[in-house]
Amino acid sequence: MSGHSTYEPKTGIERWLDARLPIIRLGYDSVIAYPTPKNLNYWWTFGGILSVCLVLQIVTGVVLAMHYIPHGDLAFASVERIMRDVNHGWMIRYLHANGASMFFLAVYVHMARGLYYGSYKEPREVLWILGCVIYLLMMATAFMGYVLPWGQMSFYGAVVITNFFSALDQVIPGLGSAITTWLWGGFAVDNPTLNRFFSLHYLLPFVIAGVVGLHIWALHVPGNNNPTGVSVKSKDDVVPFHPYYTVKDGFAIVVFLILLSWFVFFAPDALGHADNYVQANPLQTPNHIVPEWYFLPFYAMLRAVPQKLAGVLIMFGSIALLFATPWLDWAKVRSMRYRPTARWFFIIFIVAVLILGWCGGKLPDDVIIPMGKNPDGSPTGFSVVHLSRILTAYYYAYFLLVLPFVKNFEQTLPVPDSISAPVLTEKKG
Amino acid sequence: MATVNATNDVHGDDPSRRDFIHIAAASAAVGGVAVTLWPFIDQMNPAGDTLALASIEYDLSKVIEGMQATVKWRGKPVFVRHRTAKEIAEAVAADNEPMRDPAKDATRHKEGKSEWLILVGVCTHLGCVPNFGTGDYGGWFCPCHGSVYDTSGRIRKGPAPLNLEVPDYEFVSDTKVKIG
Repeated sequence: MSGHSTYEPKTGIERWLDARLPIIRLGYDSVIAYPTPKNLNYWWTFGGILSVCLVLQIVTGVVLAMHYIPHGDLAFASVERIMRDVNHGWMIRYLHANGASMFFLAVYVHMARGLYYGSYKEPREVLWILGCVIYLLMMATAFMGYVLPWGQMSFYGAVVITNFFSALDQVIPGLGSAITTWLWGGFAVDNPTLNRFFSLHYLLPFVIAGVVGLHIWALHVPGNNNPTGVSVKSKDDVVPFHPYYTVKDGFAIVVFLILLSWFVFFAPDALGHADNYVQANPLQTPNHIVPEWYFLPFYAMLRAVPQKLAGVLIMFGSIALLFATPWLDWAKVRSMRYRPTARWFFIIFIVAVLILGWCGGKLPDDVIIPMGKNPDGSPTGFSVVHLSRILTAYYYAYFLLVLPFVKNFEQTLPVPDSISAPVLTEKKG
Repeated sequence: MATVNATNDVHGDDPSRRDFIHIAAASAAVGGVAVTLWPFIDQMNPAGDTLALASIEYDLSKVIEGMQATVKWRGKPVFVRHRTAKEIAEAVAADNEPMRDPAKDATRHKEGKSEWLILVGVCTHLGCVPNFGTGDYGGWFCPCHGSVYDTSGRIRKGPAPLNLEVPDYEFVSDTKVKIG
């Protein structure tokens, strides 16, 4: 899309169509001739992997909707029918459920790659923000999809997430309750809630597809970032997307699909919760409710704060920070390959998020380091909630202190003059 | 641009009439959009049949002392708890302790009916259903985020901001309550 098009229609039909709707030209310029930095590593294949995930989710989802019944009394049984009676239903549902997990796995790698190589920096701010929008839409879609089987985890997941808005009662009394009632279509999560979640769960993936289109558009204007973070300076720095990256992405996609297949065929419920095979009961909450693994770090942040509104704000704030990242990082050097200090902070950041995820799966009062006992004999000491607080503080500090200010204390390594330069030097050595 | 300016110059005070038309047209459009949008927003609020869910009556004689019944009212659980003397004594004794949402035990039940505690069984944090008998204060413990309520349903520990809600109810007879 950037630069002028090199597409030359070869047949009469192509010329005829090109003068009326240059769609072949668009495809040619976007995925055949598109000039791509020649040094992209495998971390760059996750964009292609994510496109495959989206298509997989839409195709399996449309099929599931042919058999699913969005009604409080019938939903659970209809999902069991898909699992037992519908031809290949078990496989299609497991593909959809595990596909969602793999989608998040891929998006987290994709985001971490962007953070490490500075892909959010000028001139790719809009590209990054569109990615954040997609991530938000993914979370909303995944959450509503998880509610549809109407199991116990589905139900109480819906209860807890929609109740985030009730925290607004602490700002303007009545506002939060008005919003939750509006979201539920009643005074509790019930059939009307399930109905609308189904409607929106079907809609949002197509909205995501639309924003993905914008995301790719915004990618193709400045072009890809690359592991050096150095901008493309000449034709020597790029190769055409096809065949170089169609093949590289294709290989990564196959490897990724092997991972997905392993889950689908050998551990289809490993990432789920047994409680969700119990039908929703509005009168009894399961003893230990946890969200899906991809939300656990945020869940830990929510619970790290013993005040309702503050907890909700800290959790949403952690995502708002992602949107602001392009303007929080004041360092001139893009890639952390040449930022020895920032790189360590980044590695600690990734570890912190992973441990936060672990905390999210534990009970807040679970003791990690025992220091004495309660009067009733149970151990007390440094607990999951304390650890969550430290890690949440680090998460915030990474964006608000490390990214803006670490450059003041950092001696960056020499950055190559161009993408080709280090390759040529390495060859000589 | 030049043409527009020229027109303005020629017509003198005409721009004010034109501005008026612009503002009027824009206002009508905004108003129209708002009026059209509202039904599409309001349709998500509780429907007539949902609102019509009437009050329910419950026979208390089924609940023996120290037990609790959970009744569904407007889609939510309501706890009907027959408190023991010990639970009542603990609740009253705690009346003057510092609390997040201070309330005397006497305000949590009907006069002379301190053994009957009727509460909406929805945690005021994020809406889970607390379980009785666990937690540090002899009352309810919410499994979701660890809020602890005492034997009067008052919040004592954890993230919930408010006490468990006391719904509108009245005693129809000595053994029957009408909730809602």
